[in-house]
Amino acid sequence: MIYIFDGSLEGMLTSVFEWFERKPGLTKLVAKERYQPDAFSESFEILTDRTKADRVWKGLTKRLDRDWMRKIYCAYLSEKHEVHQNIFDLCAYIFQNPAGAEKNYGNAQVLNIAQTARKVEREKHRMEAFIRFQKTADHIFYCGIDPDFNVIPLLVNHFKNRYADQQWMIYDIKRHYGIFYNLQTVDEIEMDIDVDLLKKSNQHMLDEQEVLYADLWKNYFKSTNIAVRKNTKLHTQHVPKRYWKYLTEKL
Amino acid sequence: MSDRLRDKLNILADAAKYDVSCSSSGSNRKNTNKGLGNGHQSGICHTYTEDGRCVSLLKILLTNHCIFDCAYCVSRRSNDIERAAFTVDEVVELTMNFYRRNYIEGLFLSSGIFKNADFTMERLLRVVKKLRLEQNYNGYIHLKTIPGASDELITEAGLYVDRMSINLEMPTETGLKLLAPEKSHQDVIKPLGFVKNQIVQFKEEKKLIKSVPKFVPAGQSTQMVIGATPETDKEIMYTAANFYKSFSLKRVYYSGYIPISNDSRMPILGTQPPLLRENRLYQTDWLMRFYGFDVRELLNDNNPHLDTDIDPKLSWALRNMHHFPIDINTADYQMILRVPGIGVGSAQKIVQARKFGKLYIHQLKKIGIAYNRAKHFITCTDSPYQLKDFQSHQIKGFILAESQSKYLKTPNEQLLLF
Ligand code: SF4
Repeated sequence: MIYIFDGSLEGMLTSVFEWFERKPGLTKLVAKERYQPDAFSESFEILTDRTKADRVWKGLTKRLDRDWMRKIYCAYLSEKHEVHQNIFDLCAYIFQNPAGAEKNYGNAQVLNIAQTARKVEREKHRMEAFIRFQKTADHIFYCGIDPDFNVIPLLVNHFKNRYADQQWMIYDIKRHYGIFYNLQTVDEIEMDIDVDLLKKSNQHMLDEQEVLYADLWKNYFKSTNIAVRKNTKLHTQHVPKRYWKYLTEKL
Repeated sequence: MSDRLRDKLNILADAAKYDVSCSSSGSNRKNTNKGLGNGHQSGICHTYTEDGRCVSLLKILLTNHCIFDCAYCVSRRSNDIERAAFTVDEVVELTMNFYRRNYIEGLFLSSGIFKNADFTMERLLRVVKKLRLEQNYNGYIHLKTIPGASDELITEAGLYVDRMSINLEMPTETGLKLLAPEKSHQDVIKPLGFVKNQIVQFKEEKKLIKSVPKFVPAGQSTQMVIGATPETDKEIMYTAANFYKSFSLKRVYYSGYIPISNDSRMPILGTQPPLLRENRLYQTDWLMRFYGFDVRELLNDNNPHLDTDIDPKLSWALRNMHHFPIDINTADYQMILRVPGIGVGSAQKIVQARKFGKLYIHQLKKIGIAYNRAKHFITCTDSPYQLKDFQSHQIKGFILAESQSKYLKTPNEQLLLF
């Protein structure tokens, strides 16, 4: 059986609802834009329905603790190709088994979601570590990122709690949206220009002390190294090369 | 002015880098009154040095002037080097500005001893108080206690910092006396004991009265220099175990000695730092703290040194083959933890998963155990029937052969480690 859905989280949850109504057996989820009719399998088009989606989500929260709900959310943010199918399969498994089934790490669906979520959490943690703010002339601490996964929603709390006394902005250049803290709330923003403050021509947009502190930081990074211990493999294991472009000390 | 500041930073960061601790964990200090910063329970490494060490804190000395002459230290008074000193404001500004840019989790402040212990400690305290009280800074602070500082100053500092440390430097008193005749382990034991008692006392009071402030919430740590003096691994780890127990330390750090002079009492310049040994000591440390091993199981009179070719967990298993193989589907969690190739995370998953049915090899692999290593020590539902029992040295051979081929694929310079 093929379920054609609109590719959204709600659409996926609605599919879970419909599946339990009908129990058609093994089911493949295909996003509408990718669907190519084939003569051999039956298909069914899912109409995304808020109430049905909500009921499934509520049902999940009754069975899974916060930790696990977060795992599902993280897996969703991975934007992986097959992630809707994975979450769909997990839901089917959870609802068909007695409470506690999510602890069965011998089960492929459980392990799959747990492992995907872990990758997303790792990148979230890396962003918390590797984001380097630049202070702009109008006193906003800015950083542009382009993470593999859509981790910005996961970053809000950490940065809001920590940098409560300064305005800051984190912008996902790849996904064209960001978050801005105005000393009160964190709001989602979209900009049409991508501010690459690192560009020489944009230096006038920076606070006058920005260059000084970036420079001092680079110096610090050099001084704290112990040359005879050099271990490049370990270094790149911790700081994969694709993140170097964020790092002031690596520029 | 910025040039001078840069020079100072270079000198005083360079002198501080031999303190290997850079942990920012263990504090959940909240950001109060909309100030700047907070603690992160498990810490954050913001970058890594080219030698692969975590950079989490701005680690600097207030000054590298020192009235002492410890042979293993670059700041010793007889060493002919450039000296510098930060002002209190300079340290505060650097910390605030680095923190605001998300370069660091906080400050690790230490100092050479100028004039006397209290004079130095008092200056360090001023930095800490200024950050907390004037700048409303709630990020991490790790302060090195100055040996010989008064109880009053130490207590006051403890109210503002997250972690305190004081280094044993040499693993044994004899070693320390050899290289720093003016010092003794007693100088370390006294403040460690004092702070530990204060921590306990503050915690007790806090149970009764909520408004009692936090005192050194991330606890204490210490560091030993490895390989400057001829201690055995056993001596080093017994000292560590003893200090963990007596002073409830959060961490003991092991820092492979990096030759800094041609003093004939120590390895000479150009000698490679004992990085592999350092690594084995850390592995042993982890086995003690997270895997339920007693130090005497890992090191004793028959085995005073850790093996270099294999890690201490595998060494222990090979010396104790009578415990193995264990059945993954029935064995105690504690025993599963002891299997080479199974870490804490996998062991927990195994214990959870087997409640749902017997476990098979492919599931163990998926859970993430190093099966090729573990297979010699376990059985599970579909383990192949073993025709004969292998001896320890044969198993060691199999495992080494396999890891050898893996290492050969890595670049040459990394091979030096193994
Ligand atoms: S007292 Fe500390 S700073 Fe001074 S020489 Fe000894 S180890 Fe170095």
